[in-house]
Amino acid sequence: MSYHFAIVGTRDNPLFDLDFGTSKLGGDGLSHFKPEAAHMNQFILHASLDMVEEVQWANKDLYLKKIDSYQNNSIHCFLTATNVKFLLLMNPDPSATPYSQHTPGTTTSPPPRAAANAKHSATLLAANPSSPQTEEAVRVFMGEVYESYVKCTLNPFYRANQIITSPIFRSRVQAAAKKYL
Amino acid sequence: MATATTSKASRMGEEIWKTRVDKISAEVLTLTYGTLVAQLCRDLTLPNTASQTDYLAVNAELDRMGYAIGLRLIEDFLAKSQNTGHCSNFREVAEVISKVGFKMFLNVVPEVRGWQGPPAGEEGAGGPVAFSLVLEENPLAEFVELPDDGRAQDELWYSNVLCGVLRGALEMVQMQVEARFTSDVLRGHESTEMRVTLVRYLQDELPADDD
Repeated sequence: MSYHFAIVGTRDNPLFDLDFGTSKLGGDGLSHFKPEAAHMNQFILHASLDMVEEVQWANKDLYLKKIDSYQNNSIHCFLTATNVKFLLLMNPDPSATPYSQHTPGTTTSPPPRAAANAKHSATLLAANPSSPQTEEAVRVFMGEVYESYVKCTLNPFYRANQIITSPIFRSRVQAAAKKYL
Repeated sequence: MATATTSKASRMGEEIWKTRVDKISAEVLTLTYGTLVAQLCRDLTLPNTASQTDYLAVNAELDRMGYAIGLRLIEDFLAKSQNTGHCSNFREVAEVISKVGFKMFLNVVPEVRGWQGPPAGEEGAGGPVAFSLVLEENPLAEFVELPDDGRAQDELWYSNVLCGVLRGALEMVQMQVEARFTSDVLRGHESTEMRVTLVRYLQDELPADDD
Protein backbone atom coordinates (compact mmCIF):
# COMPACT_ATOMS: atom_id res chain seq x y z
CA MET A 1 0.00 0.00 0.00
CA SER A 2 1.78 3.12 -1.20
CA TYR A 3 0.90 6.67 -2.03
CA HIS A 4 2.34 9.31 -4.30
CA PHE A 5 1.21 12.86 -3.55
CA ALA A 6 1.87 15.79 -5.85
CA ILE A 7 0.90 19.44 -6.09
CA VAL A 8 0.51 20.81 -9.59
CA GLY A 9 0.47 24.57 -10.15
CA THR A 10 -1.86 26.67 -12.23
CA ARG A 11 0.27 26.27 -15.34
CA ASP A 12 0.38 22.49 -14.90
CA ASN A 13 3.86 22.84 -13.46
CA PRO A 14 4.90 20.50 -10.64
CA LEU A 15 5.33 22.25 -7.27
CA PHE A 16 5.81 19.47 -4.77
CA ASP A 17 5.83 15.70 -4.55
CA LEU A 18 6.11 13.12 -1.84
CA ASP A 19 6.04 9.30 -1.70
CA PHE A 20 4.79 7.57 1.40
CA GLY A 21 3.08 4.41 2.58
CA THR A 22 0.21 3.77 4.91
CA SER A 23 0.74 3.89 8.64
CA LYS A 24 -2.55 2.12 9.36
CA LEU A 25 -2.93 -1.63 9.84
CA GLY A 26 0.70 -2.11 10.79
CA GLY A 27 2.08 -0.32 7.74
CA ASP A 28 5.57 1.10 8.09
CA GLY A 29 4.73 4.47 6.52
CA LEU A 30 7.22 3.94 3.71
CA SER A 31 6.40 3.72 0.04
CA HIS A 32 7.12 0.43 -1.72
CA PHE A 33 6.97 1.57 -5.30
CA LYS A 34 9.25 -0.22 -7.73
CA PRO A 35 12.11 1.88 -9.09
CA GLU A 36 10.43 2.33 -12.47
CA ALA A 37 7.32 3.63 -10.70
CA ALA A 38 9.10 6.86 -9.78
CA HIS A 39 8.66 8.38 -13.20
CA MET A 40 5.56 6.35 -14.09
CA ASN A 41 3.72 7.81 -11.11
CA GLN A 42 4.46 11.34 -12.25
CA PHE A 43 3.38 10.41 -15.74
CA ILE A 44 0.12 8.86 -14.53
CA LEU A 45 -0.68 11.81 -12.29
CA HIS A 46 -0.06 14.37 -14.99
CA ALA A 47 -2.08 12.31 -17.46
CA SER A 48 -5.00 12.55 -15.08
CA LEU A 49 -4.99 16.35 -15.34
CA ASP A 50 -7.19 15.97 -18.42
CA MET A 51 -9.77 14.26 -16.25
CA VAL A 52 -9.49 17.06 -13.69
CA GLU A 53 -10.37 19.62 -16.32
CA GLU A 54 -13.40 17.61 -17.30
CA VAL A 55 -14.67 17.11 -13.80
CA GLN A 56 -13.84 20.43 -12.19
CA TRP A 57 -16.66 22.47 -13.72
CA ALA A 58 -19.24 19.80 -13.08
CA ASN A 59 -18.56 19.82 -9.37
CA LYS A 60 -19.14 22.46 -6.72
CA ASP A 61 -16.91 20.78 -4.19
CA LEU A 62 -13.18 21.41 -4.07
CA TYR A 63 -12.59 17.73 -3.44
CA LEU A 64 -13.29 15.93 -6.74
CA LYS A 65 -12.95 12.42 -5.26
CA LYS A 66 -11.57 9.66 -7.43
CA ILE A 67 -11.06 11.00 -10.91
CA ASP A 68 -8.91 8.46 -12.69
CA SER A 69 -7.33 5.03 -12.48
CA TYR A 70 -4.57 3.24 -14.29
CA GLN A 71 -3.77 -0.42 -13.67
CA ASN A 72 -4.25 -0.68 -9.93
CA ASN A 73 -3.48 2.97 -9.26
CA SER A 74 -6.32 5.30 -8.37
CA ILE A 75 -6.03 9.05 -8.41
CA HIS A 76 -7.93 11.40 -6.13
CA CYS A 77 -7.89 15.13 -6.72
CA PHE A 78 -8.47 18.24 -4.64
CA LEU A 79 -8.60 21.63 -6.30
CA THR A 80 -7.80 24.84 -4.48
CA ALA A 81 -9.76 27.97 -5.26
CA THR A 82 -6.92 29.25 -7.43
CA ASN A 83 -6.84 26.06 -9.51
CA VAL A 84 -3.81 24.49 -7.90
CA LYS A 85 -4.24 20.74 -8.02
CA PHE A 86 -3.48 18.36 -5.15
CA LEU A 87 -3.23 14.87 -6.65
CA LEU A 88 -3.02 11.70 -4.61
CA LEU A 89 -2.19 8.43 -6.31
CA MET A 90 -2.88 5.31 -4.26
CA ASN A 91 -1.80 1.80 -5.01
CA PRO A 92 -2.78 -1.16 -2.78
CA ASP A 93 0.09 -3.35 -3.94
CA PRO A 94 2.79 -1.56 -5.92
CA SER A 95 4.93 -4.66 -6.36
CA ALA A 96 2.17 -6.19 -8.46
CA THR A 97 1.90 -3.30 -10.89
CA PRO A 98 3.51 -4.41 -14.17
CA TYR A 99 4.38 -0.99 -15.58
CA SER A 100 6.59 -2.26 -18.39
CA GLN A 101 4.47 -5.11 -19.78
CA HIS A 102 1.14 -3.44 -19.44
CA THR A 103 -1.46 -4.46 -22.04
CA PRO A 104 -4.98 -3.11 -22.14
CA GLY A 105 -7.32 -5.62 -20.60
CA THR A 106 -5.18 -6.62 -17.65
CA THR A 107 -6.51 -3.68 -15.75
CA THR A 108 -9.62 -5.50 -14.62
CA SER A 109 -8.06 -8.82 -13.59
CA PRO A 110 -6.62 -8.68 -10.07
CA PRO A 111 -2.82 -8.77 -9.93
CA PRO A 112 -1.50 -12.12 -8.68
CA ARG A 113 0.08 -10.99 -5.45
CA ALA A 114 -2.87 -8.88 -4.50
CA ALA A 115 -4.99 -12.03 -4.76
CA ALA A 116 -2.61 -13.87 -2.47
CA ASN A 117 -3.07 -11.49 0.39
CA ALA A 118 -6.48 -10.26 -0.62
CA LYS A 119 -7.78 -10.77 2.87
CA HIS A 120 -5.29 -8.28 4.27
CA SER A 121 -5.47 -5.75 1.48
CA ALA A 122 -9.27 -5.77 1.32
CA THR A 123 -9.30 -3.63 4.42
CA LEU A 124 -6.86 -1.09 2.99
CA LEU A 125 -8.14 2.28 1.87
CA ALA A 126 -6.51 1.98 -1.53
CA ALA A 127 -8.21 -1.36 -2.21
CA ASN A 128 -11.56 0.45 -2.18
CA PRO A 129 -10.68 3.77 -3.77
CA SER A 130 -14.31 4.84 -4.13
CA SER A 131 -15.61 3.74 -0.77
CA PRO A 132 -16.96 6.39 1.60
CA GLN A 133 -14.25 5.62 4.17
CA THR A 134 -11.49 6.23 1.66
CA GLU A 135 -13.12 9.39 0.40
CA GLU A 136 -13.54 10.70 3.91
CA ALA A 137 -9.93 9.93 4.83
CA VAL A 138 -8.62 11.59 1.70
CA ARG A 139 -10.92 14.56 2.21
CA VAL A 140 -9.56 15.16 5.71
CA PHE A 141 -5.98 14.65 4.51
CA MET A 142 -6.46 17.13 1.67
CA GLY A 143 -8.06 19.61 4.07
CA GLU A 144 -4.97 19.54 6.26
CA VAL A 145 -2.64 19.87 3.35
CA TYR A 146 -4.71 22.79 2.05
CA GLU A 147 -4.35 24.54 5.38
CA SER A 148 -0.58 24.08 5.32
CA TYR A 149 -0.47 25.17 1.70
CA VAL A 150 -2.31 28.40 2.54
CA LYS A 151 0.20 29.12 5.30
CA CYS A 152 2.98 28.44 2.84
CA THR A 153 1.60 30.89 0.28
CA LEU A 154 1.32 33.57 2.98
CA ASN A 155 5.08 33.45 3.39
CA PRO A 156 6.30 36.67 1.77
CA PHE A 157 9.29 34.92 0.27
CA TYR A 158 7.08 32.47 -1.62
CA ARG A 159 5.87 33.46 -5.08
CA ALA A 160 2.83 31.90 -6.75
CA ASN A 161 3.68 28.79 -8.79
CA GLN A 162 7.12 28.57 -7.23
CA ILE A 163 8.35 25.09 -6.26
CA ILE A 164 7.67 24.44 -2.59
CA THR A 165 10.95 23.69 -0.85
CA SER A 166 9.92 24.43 2.71
CA PRO A 167 10.87 21.58 5.04
CA ILE A 168 8.12 22.72 7.40
CA PHE A 169 5.49 22.19 4.73
CA ARG A 170 6.93 18.77 3.88
CA SER A 171 6.84 17.63 7.47
CA ARG A 172 3.26 18.89 7.86
CA VAL A 173 2.18 16.85 4.84
CA GLN A 174 3.98 13.81 6.23
CA ALA A 175 2.26 14.26 9.56
CA ALA A 176 -1.16 14.51 7.89
CA ALA A 177 -0.40 11.41 5.81
CA LYS A 178 0.59 9.47 8.90
CA LYS A 179 -2.55 10.56 10.71
CA TYR A 180 -5.17 9.87 8.08
CA LEU A 181 -3.90 7.53 5.35
CA MET B 1 9.85 50.02 42.99
CA ALA B 2 10.46 48.27 39.73
CA THR B 3 7.32 46.20 40.21
CA ALA B 4 5.23 49.29 40.88
CA THR B 5 6.41 50.81 37.63
CA THR B 6 5.76 47.53 35.84
CA SER B 7 2.15 47.18 36.93
CA LYS B 8 1.45 50.85 36.38
CA ALA B 9 2.89 50.60 32.90
CA SER B 10 0.93 47.46 32.06
CA ARG B 11 -2.31 49.00 33.30
CA MET B 12 -1.69 52.04 31.17
CA GLY B 13 -0.79 49.91 28.15
CA GLU B 14 -4.02 47.94 28.47
CA GLU B 15 -6.05 51.10 28.93
CA ILE B 16 -4.61 52.84 25.90
CA TRP B 17 -4.91 49.71 23.76
CA LYS B 18 -8.58 49.41 24.67
CA THR B 19 -9.64 53.00 24.30
CA ARG B 20 -7.36 55.04 22.10
CA VAL B 21 -5.93 52.86 19.40
CA ASP B 22 -7.34 52.21 15.94
CA LYS B 23 -6.91 48.52 15.11
CA ILE B 24 -6.29 46.84 11.80
CA SER B 25 -6.26 43.20 10.83
CA ALA B 26 -3.00 41.55 11.86
CA GLU B 27 -2.72 39.89 8.45
CA VAL B 28 -2.72 43.24 6.70
CA LEU B 29 0.27 44.34 8.74
CA THR B 30 2.06 41.00 8.47
CA LEU B 31 1.62 40.68 4.73
CA THR B 32 2.43 44.32 4.00
CA TYR B 33 5.63 44.17 6.00
CA GLY B 34 6.47 40.79 4.50
CA THR B 35 6.06 42.10 0.97
CA LEU B 36 8.24 45.06 1.82
CA VAL B 37 11.06 42.91 3.13
CA ALA B 38 10.78 40.45 0.24
CA GLN B 39 10.91 43.31 -2.25
CA LEU B 40 13.99 44.77 -0.55
CA CYS B 41 15.59 41.34 -0.77
CA ARG B 42 14.92 41.31 -4.51
CA ASP B 43 16.12 44.88 -5.06
CA LEU B 44 19.27 45.02 -2.95
CA THR B 45 21.71 42.60 -4.49
CA LEU B 46 25.42 42.09 -3.95
CA PRO B 47 27.67 43.95 -6.38
CA ASN B 48 28.15 42.11 -9.69
CA THR B 49 25.37 39.61 -9.06
CA ALA B 50 21.84 39.50 -10.43
CA SER B 51 20.02 37.57 -7.76
CA GLN B 52 22.19 37.27 -4.65
CA THR B 53 20.65 39.40 -1.97
CA ASP B 54 22.86 41.69 0.08
CA TYR B 55 21.22 40.91 3.40
CA LEU B 56 23.38 43.34 5.34
CA ALA B 57 22.10 46.10 3.08
CA VAL B 58 18.54 44.90 3.68
CA ASN B 59 19.12 45.05 7.45
CA ALA B 60 20.52 48.55 7.13
CA GLU B 61 17.64 49.69 4.95
CA LEU B 62 15.04 48.28 7.35
CA ASP B 63 16.80 50.01 10.22
CA ARG B 64 16.82 53.28 8.31
CA MET B 65 13.11 52.99 7.54
CA GLY B 66 12.42 52.20 11.17
CA TYR B 67 14.44 55.21 12.26
CA ALA B 68 12.29 57.48 10.07
CA ILE B 69 9.16 55.86 11.50
CA GLY B 70 10.41 56.23 15.07
CA LEU B 71 11.10 59.94 14.68
CA ARG B 72 7.39 60.51 14.00
CA LEU B 73 5.89 57.68 15.98
CA ILE B 74 7.17 59.06 19.28
CA GLU B 75 4.86 62.05 18.90
CA ASP B 76 1.86 59.77 18.46
CA PHE B 77 3.02 57.71 21.41
CA LEU B 78 3.35 60.73 23.69
CA ALA B 79 0.01 62.13 22.58
CA LYS B 80 -1.80 58.90 23.39
CA SER B 81 -0.06 58.29 26.69
CA GLN B 82 -0.42 61.84 27.99
CA ASN B 83 -0.18 61.21 31.68
CA THR B 84 2.93 59.05 31.64
CA GLY B 85 5.11 61.79 32.97
CA HIS B 86 8.85 61.65 32.73
CA CYS B 87 10.71 58.41 33.02
CA SER B 88 13.15 59.05 35.82
CA ASN B 89 15.61 56.35 34.80
CA PHE B 90 16.43 53.96 31.98
CA ARG B 91 14.79 51.05 33.78
CA GLU B 92 11.49 52.87 33.60
CA VAL B 93 12.13 53.60 29.94
CA ALA B 94 12.47 49.87 29.35
CA GLU B 95 9.21 49.14 31.15
CA VAL B 96 7.31 51.80 29.26
CA ILE B 97 8.67 50.66 25.88
CA SER B 98 7.64 47.11 26.58
CA LYS B 99 4.32 47.55 28.40
CA VAL B 100 3.00 50.69 26.73
CA GLY B 101 4.85 51.18 23.46
CA PHE B 102 4.80 47.66 22.08
CA LYS B 103 1.32 47.10 23.49
CA MET B 104 0.00 50.24 21.83
CA PHE B 105 1.36 49.59 18.36
CA LEU B 106 1.69 45.82 18.08
CA ASN B 107 -0.44 44.44 20.94
CA VAL B 108 2.43 42.37 22.28
CA VAL B 109 4.32 42.85 25.52
CA PRO B 110 7.93 41.79 25.21
CA GLU B 111 9.58 40.73 28.42
CA VAL B 112 12.37 42.97 29.71
CA ARG B 113 15.30 40.74 30.55
CA GLY B 114 19.05 40.74 30.88
CA TRP B 115 19.28 44.07 32.65
CA GLN B 116 22.80 45.40 32.77
CA GLY B 117 24.03 48.53 34.49
CA PRO B 118 24.15 50.35 37.80
CA PRO B 119 21.15 50.27 40.16
CA ALA B 120 18.14 52.39 39.26
CA GLY B 121 18.68 56.08 39.72
CA GLU B 122 22.46 55.88 39.54
CA GLU B 123 22.90 55.66 35.80
CA GLY B 124 25.17 58.68 35.93
CA ALA B 125 27.76 56.51 37.63
CA GLY B 126 28.88 55.27 34.24
CA GLY B 127 29.28 51.84 32.77
CA PRO B 128 27.09 50.40 30.05
CA VAL B 129 23.33 50.45 30.55
CA ALA B 130 21.41 47.93 28.51
CA PHE B 131 18.41 45.62 28.48
CA SER B 132 16.90 42.96 26.25
CA LEU B 133 13.37 42.76 24.93
CA VAL B 134 12.23 39.19 24.43
CA LEU B 135 9.30 38.85 22.03
CA GLU B 136 7.13 35.84 22.82
CA GLU B 137 5.30 36.33 19.57
CA ASN B 138 6.21 38.61 16.73
CA PRO B 139 3.29 39.90 14.65
CA LEU B 140 5.66 40.94 11.87
CA ALA B 141 7.03 37.47 11.35
CA GLU B 142 3.85 35.38 11.27
CA PHE B 143 3.86 32.79 8.41
CA VAL B 144 7.44 33.73 7.50
CA GLU B 145 10.09 31.23 6.52
CA LEU B 146 13.41 32.73 5.52
CA PRO B 147 14.73 31.93 2.02
CA ASP B 148 16.84 28.76 2.06
CA ASP B 149 19.76 30.16 0.08
CA GLY B 150 22.15 29.31 2.90
CA ARG B 151 22.81 32.94 3.81
CA ALA B 152 19.51 34.46 4.90
CA GLN B 153 19.52 32.30 8.03
CA ASP B 154 22.83 33.82 9.11
CA GLU B 155 22.57 37.37 7.81
CA LEU B 156 19.02 38.67 7.61
CA TRP B 157 17.34 40.20 10.65
CA TYR B 158 13.80 40.01 9.35
CA SER B 159 12.19 42.37 11.88
CA ASN B 160 15.04 44.86 11.91
CA VAL B 161 12.61 47.73 11.38
CA LEU B 162 11.84 47.52 15.12
CA CYS B 163 15.44 48.39 16.01
CA GLY B 164 15.23 51.50 13.88
CA VAL B 165 11.91 52.49 15.43
CA LEU B 166 13.36 52.31 18.94
CA ARG B 167 16.47 54.20 17.93
CA GLY B 168 14.47 56.95 16.21
CA ALA B 169 11.85 57.29 18.92
CA LEU B 170 14.32 57.42 21.80
CA GLU B 171 16.51 59.90 20.00
CA MET B 172 13.59 62.32 19.92
CA VAL B 173 13.37 62.14 23.71
CA GLN B 174 17.06 62.81 24.28
CA MET B 175 18.33 59.27 24.48
CA GLN B 176 20.85 57.97 22.03
CA VAL B 177 20.64 54.19 21.98
CA GLU B 178 21.97 51.34 19.98
CA ALA B 179 19.40 48.65 19.23
CA ARG B 180 20.00 45.38 17.48
CA PHE B 181 18.62 41.86 17.29
CA THR B 182 20.61 39.17 19.02
CA SER B 183 18.40 36.20 18.17
CA ASP B 184 15.32 35.40 16.10
CA VAL B 185 13.11 32.31 16.01
CA LEU B 186 13.09 32.62 12.22
CA ARG B 187 16.76 31.70 12.28
CA GLY B 188 16.02 28.68 14.43
CA HIS B 189 16.88 30.30 17.76
CA GLU B 190 14.92 29.68 20.94
CA SER B 191 13.56 33.20 21.21
CA THR B 192 13.35 36.53 19.45
CA GLU B 193 15.44 39.02 21.36
CA MET B 194 16.54 42.63 20.87
CA ARG B 195 19.34 44.26 22.81
CA VAL B 196 18.96 47.97 23.56
CA THR B 197 22.03 49.79 24.85
CA LEU B 198 22.04 53.36 26.09
CA VAL B 199 24.85 55.31 24.48
CA ARG B 200 24.28 58.64 26.17
CA TYR B 201 21.66 61.16 27.17
CA LEU B 202 21.61 63.92 24.59
CA GLN B 203 21.91 67.51 25.74
CA ASP B 204 20.30 70.37 23.92
CA GLU B 205 23.06 71.37 21.62
CA LEU B 206 23.25 74.52 19.61
CA PRO B 207 24.13 74.14 15.96
CA ALA B 208 27.84 74.73 15.43
CA ASP B 209 27.45 77.91 13.39
CA ASP B 210 24.85 79.51 15.63
CA ASP B 211 26.10 82.69 17.28
